[in-house]
Amino acid sequence: MRTLLLALAASTALIGTAGAATIYPLDRATILAGSPFDFKVEFDGQVKADDVKITVNGADYKATLGNEVQFVESEKGKDDAALGSAVLLRNVKIDKAGAYTVEVAAGDEKKSVTWDVYATPATPKAKNIIFMVGDGLSVAHRTAARLMSKGMTEGKANGRLAMDDLDHMAFIGTSSTGSIATDSANTMSAYMTGHKSAINSLGVYADRTPPSQDDPKVENIAEAVRRQTTKSIGVVALSELEDATPAAVVSHTRRRADKADIVGMFYDIKPEVMLGGGSAYFLSKEVPGSKRKDDKDYIKLFQEAGYQLATDKDELQKAAGADKVLGLFHTGNMDYAVDRMQLKKGSVDKFPGQPGLVEMTKTALETLSKNPEGFFLMVEASDIDKASHPLDFDRAVFDTIEFDHAIAAAREFQAKNPDTLIVVTGDHTHGVSLIGTIDDTKDVKEGREKVGTYDAAGFPNYEDKDGDGYPDSIAVTRHLAMFANNGPDHYETFEPKLDGPFEPAVKTQDGNYVANEKYKDVPGAMFVEGNIPRDEDTGVHAVDDVVLQAAGPGAEEFKGYMEQSDVYKVLADTFALGVKQ
Amino acid sequence: MARTVVPALSRRTFLAGLAALSSVGFAKAGDTLTFDELYGKISVLGLAFSDKTKSLSGKTVAMRGFMAPPLKAEAKFFVLTEIPMALCPFCSSDSDWPSNIVVVYIDELTTFVPPSKLIEVTGTLEVGSWTDPETGFVSLLRLVHSSFETV
Repeated sequence: MRTLLLALAASTALIGTAGAATIYPLDRATILAGSPFDFKVEFDGQVKADDVKITVNGADYKATLGNEVQFVESEKGKDDAALGSAVLLRNVKIDKAGAYTVEVAAGDEKKSVTWDVYATPATPKAKNIIFMVGDGLSVAHRTAARLMSKGMTEGKANGRLAMDDLDHMAFIGTSSTGSIATDSANTMSAYMTGHKSAINSLGVYADRTPPSQDDPKVENIAEAVRRQTTKSIGVVALSELEDATPAAVVSHTRRRADKADIVGMFYDIKPEVMLGGGSAYFLSKEVPGSKRKDDKDYIKLFQEAGYQLATDKDELQKAAGADKVLGLFHTGNMDYAVDRMQLKKGSVDKFPGQPGLVEMTKTALETLSKNPEGFFLMVEASDIDKASHPLDFDRAVFDTIEFDHAIAAAREFQAKNPDTLIVVTGDHTHGVSLIGTIDDTKDVKEGREKVGTYDAAGFPNYEDKDGDGYPDSIAVTRHLAMFANNGPDHYETFEPKLDGPFEPAVKTQDGNYVANEKYKDVPGAMFVEGNIPRDEDTGVHAVDDVVLQAAGPGAEEFKGYMEQSDVYKVLADTFALGVKQ
Repeated sequence: MARTVVPALSRRTFLAGLAALSSVGFAKAGDTLTFDELYGKISVLGLAFSDKTKSLSGKTVAMRGFMAPPLKAEAKFFVLTEIPMALCPFCSSDSDWPSNIVVVYIDELTTFVPPSKLIEVTGTLEVGSWTDPETGFVSLLRLVHSSFETV
């Protein structure tokens, strides 16, 4: 008998670790006390409702989770495949902080997880939070931005970036629940909810059923701010507003590509300030240029909800005094900074009135700071990532410089409003490094011979004669040599792409990407064979840690190594989101 | 509307040749349409078809562009783009189709051409929003009953 019990214990322990059943939130989840979340258990096989036993800290679950779970006899997958039974309880709240061990058993299946429900201080540390994300911001981007915009003499930088003076920092791990790798969706979602999730997911744990909007939800910061405070909310991005990073402030979906629905999620929260691209998803499908599949006209709906609409920089300036502002400056993603400011390539001829990230940040701060209770503002420099994917590092660095100017604007605001926490971080990194310079005066057949390494790298010769904080041109004779450690097959031209954003590879009919022949005959261009699967279109995200920096009240909590989900707790502590205000 | 592909192609080649030889030419204006000519207004609040596009609605039109890789192998349509597709709208969830695409319906299944090859498509232009019943793909401009050749 004892042997049998031991054997059983051994097998159940194995099942427990192997995860025969899956419990959401997952083991080691960190949950803001009082924040609503969905509880779900997925069993591997079909079980009987009467056999399901759930306890929380050894007692019947209803004492903690409040309500009776709903039993699903058989969940259906693709093509009606049986996935197993499940139980579900939406909108659970746990008010008291502490460790909560949830044990679930049904038939042979058994699983146990422990959640850390945390409280916050009773009083806020800061009135405002400005959360600034350089999408894909890696160490190489900042080093290059400093060199390109400030210059260097005898090994010492001739100036400092605004981000260089943020006095608290942490290394951030960005891995997702299903992989060491990450994307903007799950990592920004972790920043904005305190829960890690799967690639492509926003504000949900990724369950096994196909629908993208039935997954177990967790509360995001916009909902927490609305639930506990009367603060204003702002979202500013250079991408489409429905793109993953800005979307993570307000959204719940397993698929970041649900962009039309994400506009509806913005409408549910109604952030007081929304500035960015992506108008195509606001337009009814009847309007040419729309990317909706229904007749909803969200431009009109937001206007009816009291929003002042701005579609270019002049209108943005005029809208600054309004209570609520919707600024849409492009049907898709806004153009890169160097195209908007200097080269006029990309789609700048079609959308010549696009404001920059600095103007958008300033307008957002002006508008949001009218609320005496304070605000939460998310600012995303989206294009650092959008340029790094296609290995267009001159564009990525120029956008990093613009991001730094937006940080400077935030710091100016903070100087006048010291009760403001500023957080500057990336959501993931890229496999990019700065290794030297490229000397265009060298008359050589192969571009690689122009690359200066070690002593031969010397210093780049960018100039900022007009003193605007940006290099007057990226096309200097000695420019930065930045390369990616991964990518598709492509031609390396060793040159800034002055004719428009780089498109390293194009797709073939079998789904693979091949080097774009357009760059083959650029003088000095060399073929670079890819080192990632052939169906990858561009360079991929790196798994390397992100460097987070912060200044202001609350910033002292950032230190050492933290998961990106831990960042949310600092925001929650700073606003005392565990307490009704 | 049945069309015989070969005569139409030779006629077009003939007309294109004439147009190239002389700016006076015999080619009727509106015979061809370029990506630049599709829209008269491009703005945040929507695009507006150009007068030329509107005037060619229901007529046989030739357009040059690049064939985006098919959505699925057996699809009866493909997407014609101004430049070769460098991003994959359906394999990577954060990329979208460009806004100035034209959807090309072909009567017969075909082999697809390499992405960097310029093609010329001839078909009947349809203007206005339409949802493909099989795929749910919404398009604003279509060339139907089309044929194409590489340039």
